[in-house]
Amino acid sequence: MTRARESEPTVVSKVETRTDLRWSRKDLLGLRELSADEINFVLDTADAFKQVGTREIKKVPALRGKTLVNFFVEPSTRTKTSFELAAFRLSADVINISVTTSSLTKGETLKDTAKNLQALHADILVLRHSSAGAPQFLAERLQSSVINAGDGAHEHPTQGLLDLYTIREKKGRMDGLHVVIVGDILFSRVARSNIFALIKFGARVTLVGPSTLVPRDFERLGVTISHDIDQVLPTADVVNLLRIQHERQRKEYFPGLGEYVRLFGLTKERAKLLRPDCLIMHPGPVNRGVEIDSEVADGNQSVILDQVTNGLAVRMAVLYLCGGIAT
Amino acid sequence: MTKSDTSVASAVLIMDGDAIRRALRRIAHEIVERNPDLKRVVLAGIPSRGNEIARRIADTISVIEETNIDVGTIDVAMHRDDVGTRSELPIVQASRLPLPLENRTVVIVDDVLFTGRTVRAAMDAINSFGRPARIQLAALIDRGHRELPIRADYVGKNLPTAFTEKVRVQLGDDQGSEGVWLIKEEKR
Repeated sequence: MTRARESEPTVVSKVETRTDLRWSRKDLLGLRELSADEINFVLDTADAFKQVGTREIKKVPALRGKTLVNFFVEPSTRTKTSFELAAFRLSADVINISVTTSSLTKGETLKDTAKNLQALHADILVLRHSSAGAPQFLAERLQSSVINAGDGAHEHPTQGLLDLYTIREKKGRMDGLHVVIVGDILFSRVARSNIFALIKFGARVTLVGPSTLVPRDFERLGVTISHDIDQVLPTADVVNLLRIQHERQRKEYFPGLGEYVRLFGLTKERAKLLRPDCLIMHPGPVNRGVEIDSEVADGNQSVILDQVTNGLAVRMAVLYLCGGIAT
Repeated sequence: MTKSDTSVASAVLIMDGDAIRRALRRIAHEIVERNPDLKRVVLAGIPSRGNEIARRIADTISVIEETNIDVGTIDVAMHRDDVGTRSELPIVQASRLPLPLENRTVVIVDDVLFTGRTVRAAMDAINSFGRPARIQLAALIDRGHRELPIRADYVGKNLPTAFTEKVRVQLGDDQGSEGVWLIKEEKR
């Protein structure tokens, strides 16, 4: 041993931090309230979890012993499945409750249903609901972590995160990119989550669609609005096509499918206007021949299936971060 | 940095940069001696200082044996057994290992061996990638206080400590000079 030396007191930590930021939220309700650092932190965490999917054993014990309730008061297949698989890969136990099996149809209030879930010691509640603000309502009243899986036309934060993850993965950055979002913006929670997040990273966002579905109000969020897709496509780095939600459309807002395709569909011809390195994204499920032609959806600029893979990693990260902290 | 009002920490230098270099050189020789077929060996560092130590051992082996040795990194955060009991979550990072691991010897490399729980998590993580022929363990410092039946195959220095003491390892990629310090905090 060599001579003793006086030194300043030091916090000794075995875990090296890439950023000083530490996650401290039990809930994920929307991207509007997250900082760019927090979003980056989730995306970095998703990077680590994405790699778990390539292992021989695609399962880690991070959330072993935790119970997750997938509570879907609105139909969904891919989001529910994605959360379910994410939970399995983290070794959590999963209960699925969908609208048809729920007591909500028997007149129970949302709050009572949720209190019952809490009485079962559910640690994480993943909620899809037709009313904006439903996840926040429950987050304020429950000890469990509440993850918003889409609430009304408000936000769909994990979809926004997986879109950002995919853009960051393929483009290596977000600042300065021109992101074009096409379709039914007015009723789209996916669009809102994307807009809130992309703006924080310095991306330039253009919304394109019929004036009934892309109201001028959105300019207040710091985006550009256009009703002429052909003019916008040549400068796009990313085109995100939103699904035309037949089930939500009201006649007075929507021009009719044929006219929509003619004016806003990403047809094979229109896709030629795109730069060769422009990414084509779609949150799914795709209406082939409406928002996008089959050849384009399956073409080499399409990252639609990468989005699905990345969605799993992003949801693992969100469940780990929100569900893993001591409550 | 300011000193805390309630406690004062004294740091005793245990190893300087030269001592670390010599210890890692000896570990490299021991790994070569114990593993005649170096092509099968993978050095898997535990982030972050285990990675740096693994890289240095690999560099030394490449000099003494004139052969390159595979180096990987193994994240243990998502395999820990204390998630949900701490207010701060460990940060997860991607593991990188050369695959497949079948018929290979994975040497887990860490800076300080303490309770053994990190090593247990690292072994679980490695097993999720495949079934290596054997797993060995190298640590720069073994400070005792094991809570699991785990021991190191290669040790830079055995350091008897009190449970409440801390061991600080600084390497070249950290700020300041290299060394290993034993830190005692005394209440005033």
